[in-house]
Amino acid sequence: MDAEVTLTVDGTAHRLTVDTRTTLLDALRERLGNTSPKKGCDHGQCGACTVLLDGKRALSCLALAVAHDGAEIITADGLAADGELHPVQQAFLDRDAFQCGYCTPGQICSAVGVLDEVRRGWPSHAGPDLTADPELSHDEVAERMSGNLCRCGAYVNIVPAVQQAGGGQA
Amino acid sequence: MKPFAYARPADVAEAVRDVAAEPTAVFLGGGTNLVDHLKLGIVRPDLVVDVRTLTSRSIDDLQDGGLRVGAAVTNSELAADRRVRERYPVLAQALLAGATGQLRNLATTGGNPLQRTRCVYFQDASTACNKREPGTGCSAVGGYTRYHAVLGVPAALPDPTAPETCIATHPSDMAVALAALDAQVQVLGPAGARTVPFVDLHRLPGEDPSRDTVLEHGELITAIDLPPLPAGARSAYRKVRDRASYAFALVSVAAVASGNGDVRLALGGVAHKPWRATRAEGVLRGGPLTEDTVRAAMAAELAAAQPQPGVDSGNGFKIPLVTRTVVATLRDLEA
Ligand SMILES: Cc1cc2nc3c(=O)[nH]c(=O)nc-3n(C[C@H](O)[C@H](O)[C@H](O)COP(=O)(O)OP(=O)(O)OC[C@H]3O[C@@H](n4cnc5c(N)ncnc54)[C@H](O)[C@@H]3O)c2cc1C
Ligand code: FES
Ligand code: FES
Repeated sequence: MDAEVTLTVDGTAHRLTVDTRTTLLDALRERLGNTSPKKGCDHGQCGACTVLLDGKRALSCLALAVAHDGAEIITADGLAADGELHPVQQAFLDRDAFQCGYCTPGQICSAVGVLDEVRRGWPSHAGPDLTADPELSHDEVAERMSGNLCRCGAYVNIVPAVQQAGGGQA
Repeated sequence: MKPFAYARPADVAEAVRDVAAEPTAVFLGGGTNLVDHLKLGIVRPDLVVDVRTLTSRSIDDLQDGGLRVGAAVTNSELAADRRVRERYPVLAQALLAGATGQLRNLATTGGNPLQRTRCVYFQDASTACNKREPGTGCSAVGGYTRYHAVLGVPAALPDPTAPETCIATHPSDMAVALAALDAQVQVLGPAGARTVPFVDLHRLPGEDPSRDTVLEHGELITAIDLPPLPAGARSAYRKVRDRASYAFALVSVAAVASGNGDVRLALGGVAHKPWRATRAEGVLRGGPLTEDTVRAAMAAELAAAQPQPGVDSGNGFKIPLVTRTVVATLRDLEA
């Protein structure tokens, strides 16, 4: 069964007719040709499909497009502004934080979300105290990024990249 | 995936009417469990009724000093709320120990406690499963039981072919904390509104393992109320898993020490429902909390436990593990 939806993707509004079964991931990749979010598992387990959905990092493979009619979506493809890489993208280059690159767009969107969550003072399981301001320690980054799997095992460089983009040490 | 109609009615009353009128209809929250199940073909609705933008997305102060959490509040928002972090740390910790940031940003207060079991056989439509397809039997008995129940199962080894057999556990971390907090669930159904104590929301398999909760078809969770805790109360959640992050619980413990000698304990990963350890609570009531008294209390709680044999030596490890986890949780609370 079909439904009409409007999705604003990387700043451009698109009106499209989708089957109600279409996930946001399939709408982006198959209908709008934006292949930066990747389909790793399609079951919410790997994080390769992570996008920023109305400002928050979310898995596009478990979101139905119809349920997000009117949403603003930012993909890794739309993070660079005026030809300038986003600080998280630059940090991934500086720190050599990928090998094959398949998980990278998801890692980058997730990291952008993490840095925003840290700025808001959102706690994590790794924090020593629920009410303290979070710091971008190794353990904090590892915990907050644990939903993004990297089959190449680039984690040793992903953690410092996220720390660098967050303006911390590393 | 089977085709389905999608509806986002004008309000919750209409959503309830829509689902009640269509036997296969389901409510959609954040979709992180339901959409997975649609893909796996283990839920096959003709109608999906989206309630995420219809139910409340705010956390309101109640007159008695508690909080009312709207069903659409995300797991992230709830864990980050200052009042929750300060007054109900057990709940914030349980939420943060579950899933990942990208999932918690989608997952809702109404959907989390109603997520289905992660039993590998339930999720695999090619296997026998009384929960998924009543009457087909239980593939978990004698199979992979590492994540399965030890409490609330028959004293003898369950019969894998019997229609009532199910040794699945409830996977939610949040639900274990809500059980210890004596939360109250606000429900709207075709017959009107009612309040269900959280500890009574989930059920044991009984004669019908296909039913996880006491909710009738068409009943919608509109909010969850957190009653106030006594001044000086302390609470904590502790989860033991196969990895440091992003894994379901092998066992977990939610504890609330009220400060006047009473302790409330709920256990995760051990039963078909979040398990309120009322026997252990009774043994501990009014007495000192020492390692010996806590071990004795847990021995009473686990007297009826039935470890399940299975691959990798089954799940008997949960009995000492949950005991030690309760000891450690209460020691940290008292420290
Ligand atoms: C890879 C992965 C790892 C995870 N790890 C954990 C973990 O460690 N700990 C943990 O606790 N959880 C974990 N989860 C599960 C996650 O927390 C749940 O999927 C989520 O909380 C479900 O909420 P939702 O709003 O997305 O529900 P949905 O998927 O929308 O719905 C779930 C169920 O609830 C029903 N429903 C939804 N809202 C309502 C309502 N208001 N009233 C009545 N019925 C309703 C739906 O019909 C459906 O049956 C994990 C999930 C994934 C995919
Ligand atoms: S493709 Fe969405 S989490 Fe793997
Ligand atoms: S860089 Fe290859 S999967 Fe991460």
